[in-house]
Amino acid sequence: MSIELHHIAKHFGATQALEPIDLNIHDGELVGLLGPSGSGKTTLLRIIAGLESADRSPTPGKILFGERDVTHVHVRDRRIGFVFQHYALFRHMSVFDNVAFGLTVMPRKDRPSKGEIRARVFRLLEMVKLEHFANRLPAQLSGGQQQRVSLARALAVQPDVLLLDEPFGALDAKVRQDLRRWLRRLHEELGFTSVFVTHDQEEALELSDRVVVMSNGRIEQVDTPEALYRAPKNRFVFEFLGDVNHLEGRVKNGVLTCGDAQLKVDLPDGDEELLLRPHEVRLAETFEPGVHLPMTITAFSLVGAEVRVELEADWLGAPWLATVRHSDFERLKIHRGQRLYAHPRRWHRFKDEVVKASQPH
Amino acid sequence: MRRVGDAPAVRGLLILAAVLLSALFLLLPLVAIFAQALSSGVMVFWENVSNVYTLHAIGLTLLIALMTIPVCLVFGVALAWLVTRFRFPGRRILQTLIDIPFAVSPVVAGLVYLLLYGRNGWIGNFLDGYDIQLMFAWPGILMVTIFVTCPFVARELIPLMQAQGTREEEAAVTLGASGWTVFRRVTLPNIKWALLYGVILTNARAVGEFGAVSVVSGAIRGQTNTLPLHLEQLYQDYNAVGAFSSAALLALIALLTLATKAALQRRATRREAIL
Amino acid sequence: MKSLSFRQSGSARVLPGFGLSMGISVLFISLVLLLPITGLFGQLAGLSLAEYWSIVTEGRVVASYAVTLGAAAVAALINAAFGLLLAWVLVRYEFPGKQLLDALMDLPFALPTAVAGITLATLYASNGWMGRLLEPLGFQVAYTWVGIALAMAFTSIPFVVRTVQPVLEDLPAEIDEAAMSLGATDGVAFRRVIMPHLWPALVTGTGLAFVRSLGEFGAIIFIAGNMPYETEITALMIFVRLQEYDYAGASAIASVVLFTSLALLLAINVWQGRFVRRLHGGNS
Repeated sequence: MSIELHHIAKHFGATQALEPIDLNIHDGELVGLLGPSGSGKTTLLRIIAGLESADRSPTPGKILFGERDVTHVHVRDRRIGFVFQHYALFRHMSVFDNVAFGLTVMPRKDRPSKGEIRARVFRLLEMVKLEHFANRLPAQLSGGQQQRVSLARALAVQPDVLLLDEPFGALDAKVRQDLRRWLRRLHEELGFTSVFVTHDQEEALELSDRVVVMSNGRIEQVDTPEALYRAPKNRFVFEFLGDVNHLEGRVKNGVLTCGDAQLKVDLPDGDEELLLRPHEVRLAETFEPGVHLPMTITAFSLVGAEVRVELEADWLGAPWLATVRHSDFERLKIHRGQRLYAHPRRWHRFKDEVVKASQPH
Repeated sequence: MRRVGDAPAVRGLLILAAVLLSALFLLLPLVAIFAQALSSGVMVFWENVSNVYTLHAIGLTLLIALMTIPVCLVFGVALAWLVTRFRFPGRRILQTLIDIPFAVSPVVAGLVYLLLYGRNGWIGNFLDGYDIQLMFAWPGILMVTIFVTCPFVARELIPLMQAQGTREEEAAVTLGASGWTVFRRVTLPNIKWALLYGVILTNARAVGEFGAVSVVSGAIRGQTNTLPLHLEQLYQDYNAVGAFSSAALLALIALLTLATKAALQRRATRREAIL
Repeated sequence: MKSLSFRQSGSARVLPGFGLSMGISVLFISLVLLLPITGLFGQLAGLSLAEYWSIVTEGRVVASYAVTLGAAAVAALINAAFGLLLAWVLVRYEFPGKQLLDALMDLPFALPTAVAGITLATLYASNGWMGRLLEPLGFQVAYTWVGIALAMAFTSIPFVVRTVQPVLEDLPAEIDEAAMSLGATDGVAFRRVIMPHLWPALVTGTGLAFVRSLGEFGAIIFIAGNMPYETEITALMIFVRLQEYDYAGASAIASVVLFTSLALLLAINVWQGRFVRRLHGGNS
């Protein structure tokens, strides 16, 4: 079922949590709401769920599920499934009773028979691989298992949309990975429309069909993960989606100067700030005419597919981070205190919030 | 945010019911005390309060409270320190034992003291040989008052000290502080408000204890009559205004207790908000 | 004392004062709480089992048990309902005067029982503010069994409110939200999701209120009327025996009251412990 938001805004007292927002989520889509804390992502999710109500003045907003206007529909009648960060399982009920809850509270005329409820709950428990835990209490399960119960419970009522509030936020890294993959597969199998909130960019990019990047109660960009990474609309999105190195200086006659560092750029005269991803920094033992960025290695970490190298220079405000291949690491014989030269493969610039990226060298 | 029961009609109805019932059940008696005390005018109230027997009862009551508080304070702090700072076999039993005074009827409390320290009891009999009489005298009143009030300080401190944990004190010890210094400079600042509230509660109960005291006091006017016993006598003598004058004094202490609690609570929530 | 603190449970205690605090606590509990109770046993030892039995099963005494237990049960049930309502309203709603209402809840603990006693007796006597309203309607409160229950209810209100309140405060909003998002109406959510969390506290608070009511004396005797077989409570029976210098009789009846209260207190503690363990997977 598609979700349409028109002009949804929210104030808590005098503070504005959400600026008026318009957003369309397509039927069957898996959308991530991504942003730092305080960006309004959770508020937006809770408004979609009906757990918060959007401002009615100055202009009332509108929420549509498909053709159905749910703006003023109470959360209990909205037909949503909601998964909470801390699971919010009913701790006095067994796993079975938790999952069955939504079915057993239906009005008598719509309520399935006992046998049917039982069959449905076990089908869901099988799906979340917890059929052997039906009689356990939530306290007897691990965090990951509890979150799977919570998911089965939300799905039991066959909601129109599934909403997840930082569903993996309280779990450790390994469990998180597994659950993420599993949720993606589940989504593809069942094809429900779902919206989830996360502050973890990796999670958002890995899981979502489209990502909504938010900050300060505003939507900064809505795009596919790939488009988002390749073509960030503004500096906030660029900085939020990964590590960033800054290069500040003054451009004169096509050369950016900063202390004894120099870089040839195709830019008009004036103060500039360039941004680079760690993988866009190449390290070499020599400099080239027009590219003179001397740096000292202060630390490195070998963990992972690439080596992360930390760099400092007296002309830099904050240290840089570069990722180099293990083969380069060995070739350059990288060690602490070593002096090398950085060669940008590519850089980005968001002056006046207009996107400009240099051509890759 | 939506929560269960936040529909305006439900909300309004429940608040109304709570307020009305509380007013009828709790506020009305409070108002009645002062209304009765002042029913014959302020002068009569004043005469009743400044009556020599009333003054003596007030004096004795305050003296008993004043002596009870330090005893309960030392015991409460020692027990709270013991059960929250150490683990040892019997810890839970100690914690259960201090609830005895809450469960025991005050009359039974008075009785057991009378049996032991009265002239027929083995300790009382022994002391009687030295012409020492504890029962039907102020020491007896003090003893039963300590019995009924001793859990209050400990009960206020234990949950708080449990929640605070031992880390700060352990840090102080690693920095070389002595035992007394650890308590005075690290523990005490953290528990002082709970301690104060415990004292206030102890005081309220000490001043107002009736059942236990009436068993051991003998209630001799001008000698072993505490304020609650005094007001009982006046009430039985059909001197309602006199009885309620004393009652009003005790009710004022109760109001002071409630006000202190409210103030301490507000202070605590404000501090939480800052942290 | 120092050497003791190092020997305990095989490892050195980091914090000081174990010996001192243990000494004070054990000495105090022994002298103030336990020793006097031995006096009661001493007195009871002078009675044969038959004598004991005949004292505690005498008609007037048995009638006092019935009055006390019945009134205390009614008072506890009233307080369960009233306390739950008050705890709910104080935790879940904001309204002017809330802090005053909250403070007022502690009044019965702060107010001396004798003061409560004469006040309730005066209020509900036939010429009192409440009595004047109720008596024409056929409700006689003062000097009846109803008055006893009322006085018991008054003195034990804070137990239920103050045990349920913190539990309700700690109940996360997500529990409400989860129930509602699954389609539960307020009534169903309250009954099936919120109440199960409150049960332990509600039962504990009600149990404590009941135990307190069983022993209450000062608040009751003024309003009870103290008619033998009708409105005499057990605590008063002990008092009456004492005034007759019948120490053995007083002790026998007192022992019944004492063991009933202690057994109830123990039962409440055990039950509560088991409930908490079950819900928290055995680690608390």
